[in-house]
Amino acid sequence: MTSELDIFVGNTTLIDEDVYRLWLDGYSVSDAVALRVRSGILEQTGATAAVLQSDTMDHYRTFHMLERLLHAPPKLLHQLIFQIPPSRQALLIERYYAFDEAFVREVLGKKLSKGTKKDLDDISTKTGITLKSCRRQFDNFKRVFKVVEEMRGSLVDNIQQHFLLSDRLSRDYAAIVFFANNRFETGKKKLQYLSFGDFAFCAELMIQNWTLGAVGEAPTDPDSQVDDMDVDLDKEFLQDLKELKVLVADKDLLDLHKSLVCTTLRGKLTVFSEMEANFKNLSRGLVNVAAKLTHNKDVRDLFVDLVEKFVEPCRSDHWPLADVRLFLNQYSASVHSLDGFRHQALWDRYMGTLRGCLLRLYHD
Amino acid sequence: MPGKLKVKIVAGRHLPVMDRASDLTDAFVEVKFGNTTFKTDVYLKSLNPQWNSEWFKFEVDDEDLQDEPLQITVLDHDTYSANDAIGKVYIDIDPLLYSEAATVISGWFPIYDTIHGIRGEINVIVKVDLFNDLNRFRQSSCGVKFFCTTSIPKCYRAVIIHGFVEELVVNEDPEYQWIDRIRTPRASNEARQRLISLMSGELQRKIGLKVLEMRGNAVVGYLQCFDLEGESGLVVRAIGTACTLDKLSSPAAFLPACNSPSKEMKESPLVHPPSHGCRSTHNSPIHTATGSRLTQNFSVSVPTLIYTGMGSGSAGKEGGPFKALLRQQTQSALEQREFPFFTLTAFPPGFLVHVGGVVSARSVKLLDRIHNPDEPETRDAWWAEIRQEIKSHAKALGCHAVVGYSESTSICEEVCILSASGTAAVLNPRFLQDGTLEGCLEQRLEENLPVGCGFCHIPYDELNMPFPAHLTYCYNCRKQKVPDVLFTTIDLPTDATVVGKGCLIQARLCRLKKKAQAEANATAISNLLPFMEYEVHTQLMNKLKLKGMNALFGLRIQITVGENMLMGLASATGVYLAALPTPGGIQIAGKTPNDGSYEQHISHMQKKINDTIAKNKELYEINPPETSEELIGSPIPEPRQHSRLLRSQSESSDEVTELDLSHGKKDAFVLEIDDTDALEDVHSLLTDVPPPPGFYSCNTEIMPGINNWTSEIQMFTSVRVTRLSSLNLTNQALNKNFNDLCENLLKSLYFKLRSMIPCCLCHVNFTVSLPEDELIQVTVTAVAITFDKNQALQTTKTHVEKSLQRASTDNEELLQFPLELCSDSIPSHPFPPAKATSVDYSSFADRCSSWIELIKLKAQTIRRGSIKTTVTVEKASPMGEGNFRNRSAPPCANSTVGVVKMTPLSFIPGAKITKYLGIINMFFIRETTSLREEGGVSGFLHAFIAEVFAMVRAHVAALGGNAVVSYIMKQCVFMENPNKNQAQCLINVSGDAVVFVRESDLEVVSTQHPTANCQPLCAGGEVTT
Repeated sequence: MTSELDIFVGNTTLIDEDVYRLWLDGYSVSDAVALRVRSGILEQTGATAAVLQSDTMDHYRTFHMLERLLHAPPKLLHQLIFQIPPSRQALLIERYYAFDEAFVREVLGKKLSKGTKKDLDDISTKTGITLKSCRRQFDNFKRVFKVVEEMRGSLVDNIQQHFLLSDRLSRDYAAIVFFANNRFETGKKKLQYLSFGDFAFCAELMIQNWTLGAVGEAPTDPDSQVDDMDVDLDKEFLQDLKELKVLVADKDLLDLHKSLVCTTLRGKLTVFSEMEANFKNLSRGLVNVAAKLTHNKDVRDLFVDLVEKFVEPCRSDHWPLADVRLFLNQYSASVHSLDGFRHQALWDRYMGTLRGCLLRLYHD
Repeated sequence: MPGKLKVKIVAGRHLPVMDRASDLTDAFVEVKFGNTTFKTDVYLKSLNPQWNSEWFKFEVDDEDLQDEPLQITVLDHDTYSANDAIGKVYIDIDPLLYSEAATVISGWFPIYDTIHGIRGEINVIVKVDLFNDLNRFRQSSCGVKFFCTTSIPKCYRAVIIHGFVEELVVNEDPEYQWIDRIRTPRASNEARQRLISLMSGELQRKIGLKVLEMRGNAVVGYLQCFDLEGESGLVVRAIGTACTLDKLSSPAAFLPACNSPSKEMKESPLVHPPSHGCRSTHNSPIHTATGSRLTQNFSVSVPTLIYTGMGSGSAGKEGGPFKALLRQQTQSALEQREFPFFTLTAFPPGFLVHVGGVVSARSVKLLDRIHNPDEPETRDAWWAEIRQEIKSHAKALGCHAVVGYSESTSICEEVCILSASGTAAVLNPRFLQDGTLEGCLEQRLEENLPVGCGFCHIPYDELNMPFPAHLTYCYNCRKQKVPDVLFTTIDLPTDATVVGKGCLIQARLCRLKKKAQAEANATAISNLLPFMEYEVHTQLMNKLKLKGMNALFGLRIQITVGENMLMGLASATGVYLAALPTPGGIQIAGKTPNDGSYEQHISHMQKKINDTIAKNKELYEINPPETSEELIGSPIPEPRQHSRLLRSQSESSDEVTELDLSHGKKDAFVLEIDDTDALEDVHSLLTDVPPPPGFYSCNTEIMPGINNWTSEIQMFTSVRVTRLSSLNLTNQALNKNFNDLCENLLKSLYFKLRSMIPCCLCHVNFTVSLPEDELIQVTVTAVAITFDKNQALQTTKTHVEKSLQRASTDNEELLQFPLELCSDSIPSHPFPPAKATSVDYSSFADRCSSWIELIKLKAQTIRRGSIKTTVTVEKASPMGEGNFRNRSAPPCANSTVGVVKMTPLSFIPGAKITKYLGIINMFFIRETTSLREEGGVSGFLHAFIAEVFAMVRAHVAALGGNAVVSYIMKQCVFMENPNKNQAQCLINVSGDAVVFVRESDLEVVSTQHPTANCQPLCAGGEVTT
């Protein structure tokens, strides 16, 4: 005797959070049943394995039907087929769009194309996340990317509006979209120590300060014709960054800058001598990174460069984080006292963001 | 031209992409009513078109308004080829046709396609301007209200309950017309949907006319069914109870103090005059089948066994002059009716006087093509025959009426089993007649007669009992006789005194049958039926005893016919009625008592049974107050054999006493194990697992013993189809399979709903069908309701006490009617009771024709009688005109998708129904040619049922409602052909659209007090989802 057909349909759609998680994690029905058995649910409820199997199948079928709607969350809110309380709807959406740290680190900054999708097998093997779950996460990234890519206005707001995600998750997606659009390299070995959170933090700063959207954010003028785009870096700004080169190219300016920083920081840093010895290298590194950002390829290598040119040298000299903070503050501030340097605003826009990023990137 | 229908198409959303090139759709809408069609403009390139059309106006007869559905078709415009249909919406405009209901239909409707399912939504506004028609000979019956609810709807008062109305219409099934060979499946499905919609409209209108004729203004307990007879046609039939309802001006007065909305009527029942002490008693469905063959004796004791038609009919034993005493008043009130039947299952206080027992009749018929759809005489005659049978059974039980009446069919190829069942009862005449209206509302004070047991008292003559039964004096009032067991098809009367909680009891049975053709097949089925009835009853009885209970409510026995088997499924809610005697235990008797090991085995089993009984008593909290036998003293020295089930004649009473291990002084129910069959039976008794802790289940409206419901409800439908594997099946294996199927299904439900604990599954409704040779389909619809374990029941108690004081019964009035013997009430049955097991088919035709003649004869006499008793006093125009118009806007004005609750019950816990918006009666067909792609059969049906729910909710929301009560899925016919990757399903659902208001919203002030009280108690038990 075998059940050919076995369904349960409630007027209010039943959602089992545990099963939803298993489904999102990409487990097959039989794996999910096995996992549920292991959780001790049979003992708790006195149910049989057959009951569990039927229940799991049912939930999987429901999720499968809901998946189409989850691809466009506003549809889930307006559809009539499944009666789901709003709190549950929010939970379904939030969980569906949640992603694994391990996975996002693999994909962050990569082009969300078919080519990358083909590599998902490897990612799955490497991370231990099921291929199915990898696909879902990848497709989520790509879907959000496609929708907001060409959209005006705040990236986070757009994501929130079109995917009904929580503030936190929207910010994460904004970072993912921003990284994918600018194709920042994040996979190099020397960048492995960085978490998604580190990158997301940097992305947020960069979106706030370095994009076209950042310029147009005049609160009094919401209808301004300025291309209010959050996903692309401000090309003009990047072009202008070349002007900063004078800080290291002009020897006098560089020496003056160094002496200003050293005077102020003397006695305040535990690694003062190392700083003094390395100042020119560090400054050259930071300014050269800025100057190179006109080229797309160098933009992609931004994080590699920052780590190579700044994080690694400091780390090898065992700078404490507090010293890095003091140094960076002083380093950017003292430029204001350089009379021969005319690009103060540009410097601030650059260093303000970079300082934040570097501090976040500086850890083991 | 008595009506103007106005329709406006506002917008669409979520439309499917119809043009691959642009990924967009050029949609327009056709609005059709009758033969008139209007079109909107084409809204180019959008999946969310805004048509904002003008008002399309249809000037139509109200007859058409009732019959025709409004048909809205959404299409994709195509310049070069034919326009593609996206989908349709059928809107039943009936709710707009009577006052008090909806005034406008407005909202988003799912656009439905029979091949693709729901494809987007459309926003429509519909209005009707009705002109009053003074023509007396009109064909329409606008203004008659219809309710699926099988009790008096909550915000109404029954002025008169007129009685039974029925009608059927037949037509050719479009699926079987020649044209079906050349048209697309979509066209065929749509033709069918439209036809059924038309037929149900027509049916409703015709029933409405009958109601108007009876001077009623409403139909309560309206049940409409389809018989898909295949080649021979399509039958749509309906039954209901005509009433004159009065809208309660201040319904709040009826508001119960606690969260038990169904307990509204607490008045004590009308108690019969004490003078009829010689009345006798009733139906224990325990029966002594002494003969080797089932005999008439048996068939009367369980009056479900009599089936007419095929001529095998061992008809009810009329047994000479019938001597029940009936009040003349009642008699005349009911005699004018051809069938004194009531589809209600719950009644106004005082309506139900006595309950006799379950009466049922089945008939096996061979279908032939319906030649003339306008003259559905054959089908009418079939049903008339069965109803006549039911009526005579009721008479045999000393009852003049049948309540909780329902009819059903089971069809397989050209064989059809027609079934009808109900509960024989004696009713209080004052609700049935116009004349006695005045006394109805007067609340007369009178001496406190015992409450909660009156309906248990036997209505039949003790000295001339229709079957052997064990009578005792009522354990409640000690004055009247009661049977030891009571079976009924109705809900538990609200005033009944119950000990402990109730539970769902099911009897399940399969019988193999040889495949046969036509007449041979029908004969084979007829032969099997009595055995099935017998065994179903035995199982029910055993299980009832095992639960330590003594009464069944809501009994529904379904016999399903398939190619090579018959299935029987009986569901009921068992309770312990305080008025009835404590049930004895079950005793097991062995056939060969000398065998030591065998005896040991028997005693082991006996112990297990005793343990189970004890456990069940604890589980269901059955601890009746100890009543000493001496006090009551059985006045009728009944031989013990009467309460015993004998499986063979070889039994000697000595053996029984020898093995009397069980419940001491009580008369025990003896099961003799004389073969493996019996052994199986005993085993199967013990396999039923009780629901997990915190769960209760019943198939009645409410669970006896629980009335502190909280507001969370979850209605669901679950379907299982199982393929029987082995080819040479035995009855036992079949039984086990079927039993497992049902038990597993229940277990799954308990597991799925575990988050709602403590909760109760109410109105659990199982339907069995045999779609193919080796397939069994079980469909369950029920509602899970949470309740508060801790909250004390004091509120209800005080309520009962209060209502006791104002109990209104006009006993004096009743006493005045002279009691009279009515021996000539019905002519005795002309046919000698044939042996059930040997059917002479050849004589069938003769018998049948004479039988029909007899019915006609009877019908005539009854009609003649009705002329004498003239109906007088017309109180209110049945149309209700403007008096009742209460056009307050529905309170729910949520902008987002509003929540629509659905429940098979007639109430919503913790809420008050403020308005009935009209009946929902929808029929859908879904077909697929890509079964695998849609997730196989489960995926296909899951999606379809979800879509059906969605469409019901959308219609209710558009009417301005926020719930469907008395929801029922009447049909779910599923057919598959996996080889062709195809499947088709037909679903028919109905219910009442209502507006409800949460009680907490209603009386903010008054509820503050009680909630504050229970807060600390229910802190932990609250369920939040």
